[in-house]
Amino acid sequence: MASATNRLSPFNITALALGLAFLYLPIVILIIYSFNASRLVTVWGGWSLQWYSEFFNDSAMIDAAWMSLRVAATSASLATLLGTLAAVALSRGGGFKGRTLFSGMLYAPLVMPEVITGLSLLLLFVALNAERGFWTVVIAHTTLTMCFVAVVVQARLGALDRSLEEAAMDLGCDPARAFLAVTLPLILPSVAAGWMLAFTLSLDDLVIASFTTGPGSATLPIRIYSEVRLGVKPEINAICTLVVALIAVVIVVASLASKISDARGKSAAPL
Amino acid sequence: MSSSSLFTRPARLAAIAPYLWMGLFFLVPFLFVLKISLSQTAIALPPYTPVFDMGEGWEAIKAALAALSFDNFKLLVSDDLYILSYLRSLMVAAISTAILLVIGYPIAYGMACLPQRWQGVAMMLVIVPFWTSFLIRIYAWINILQHDGLLNQVLLALHLVSAPVVWLSTDSAMYLGIVYSYLPFMILPLYATLAKMDPALLEAAFDLGASPRQAFWRVTFPLSLPGVGAGALLCFIPIVGEFVIPDLLAGSDSLMIGQTLWLEFFTNKDWPVASATAAVLLLLLLAPLLLYDRLQRRQLEQS
Repeated sequence: MASATNRLSPFNITALALGLAFLYLPIVILIIYSFNASRLVTVWGGWSLQWYSEFFNDSAMIDAAWMSLRVAATSASLATLLGTLAAVALSRGGGFKGRTLFSGMLYAPLVMPEVITGLSLLLLFVALNAERGFWTVVIAHTTLTMCFVAVVVQARLGALDRSLEEAAMDLGCDPARAFLAVTLPLILPSVAAGWMLAFTLSLDDLVIASFTTGPGSATLPIRIYSEVRLGVKPEINAICTLVVALIAVVIVVASLASKISDARGKSAAPL
Repeated sequence: MSSSSLFTRPARLAAIAPYLWMGLFFLVPFLFVLKISLSQTAIALPPYTPVFDMGEGWEAIKAALAALSFDNFKLLVSDDLYILSYLRSLMVAAISTAILLVIGYPIAYGMACLPQRWQGVAMMLVIVPFWTSFLIRIYAWINILQHDGLLNQVLLALHLVSAPVVWLSTDSAMYLGIVYSYLPFMILPLYATLAKMDPALLEAAFDLGASPRQAFWRVTFPLSLPGVGAGALLCFIPIVGEFVIPDLLAGSDSLMIGQTLWLEFFTNKDWPVASATAAVLLLLLLAPLLLYDRLQRRQLEQS
């Protein structure tokens, strides 16, 4: 369909522009109002950074942010390891026993309502008598996000030319060596993108964290949620802007990684 | 033995760790949901009486089976609150999915018509909001929709309304929030099928005298149905269990099932009823989940 540029009608362009405006405008407005000097969220009182300083003086919020960052970094790392292994098994393991159940368990959490995942994990933790807090949230988030990593990496592995691995083994590499020397470097950018996706998903999650955390270890979304329920506060605008900025950095890095990945994929193809 | 099958065995070994993890943390927990949903509520910690203890042998299991309680499920079918919640969730999900399809299709179509080098940029622009926090995006809308928020200010300034309109705590706000949050999930699968389509098929339709409208409805749309199905399921299933959006944007007079479950669990501390609610929800979603699983598998394993 790409070659049919002439079919780019005014209707198509309008649909695209309106769609993108709809997706971005609310966030842009939120960011602008986070620099609003007025305490009234809806009145513009000039530019100011006071809501940011309020956030940095709010120790409960800072604690929650720190907790969220630690959970996100830990669970994303675990999820990347497990998700990449799962992707390798699915795309190179052929038709092994229990494969259907395996892929089902990996795809279902992508759409499973979070209230179900959260509640069921909590009941497991209670049954195991696990102390709820940092590690239970890490386990819960790893379970959810490793599925996203698996899908991202599996898509990349599927697009990769298998003759590269075969060539390495014909030249005397054992499978482990062929994987580490040939496959892994080629999929590394998508593994990195998977880590970042897992990181942002964990940073974002409210429902599963609410079920699986314990008293005294609230994550940032839990705190934001309880504030938002009480109404709009300018400090929340500032916190949300900081989170958006952090995620923007992550996205830029991830997109650079996938660009490298594409370039490598292309240069590797003619081999 | 060819070298690719040499690779197969170690690749299978790679499945062990994720397999065990997902078994323990995704599959086994459902058994606990089932178990707790069959137990009695108790005012204790944890707030339910255990159904049985595996350690006490066969006699204990028999006694426990006799004591299994279906009270929670009876409650679900006898109390209007739950039935109405389930119905409302299914209805909200169906309506939202239809709106998403109507809005998402033209956008995906527009993307697929862009020159190749712009398609990547457009796709990136659609994916980015997906990375940004759900909660923050809903909060951004609360800012805009509140009584003296930007939307009312603009409408008043343009003299389109004479007094501020109530937007928050309405179904319209909830639908807006859902469509806003799930739009990327609808656009991406649609775009993926539309972009793969062979332009020669359309040219053939035109050569045979089809009008653009006929060509769309008789060639493009039928061929994009797999994308429509994937996008619809990707939105419908999670929306049925959605909690955050209806909680923050909709009114409190009628609840979606995710809210009812949340209320039973966190406010009423009734874990058995919350578990029964989750078990029935899972049952309702089983057919769409299996369908989605098949589509996902086909899509990932074709590439």
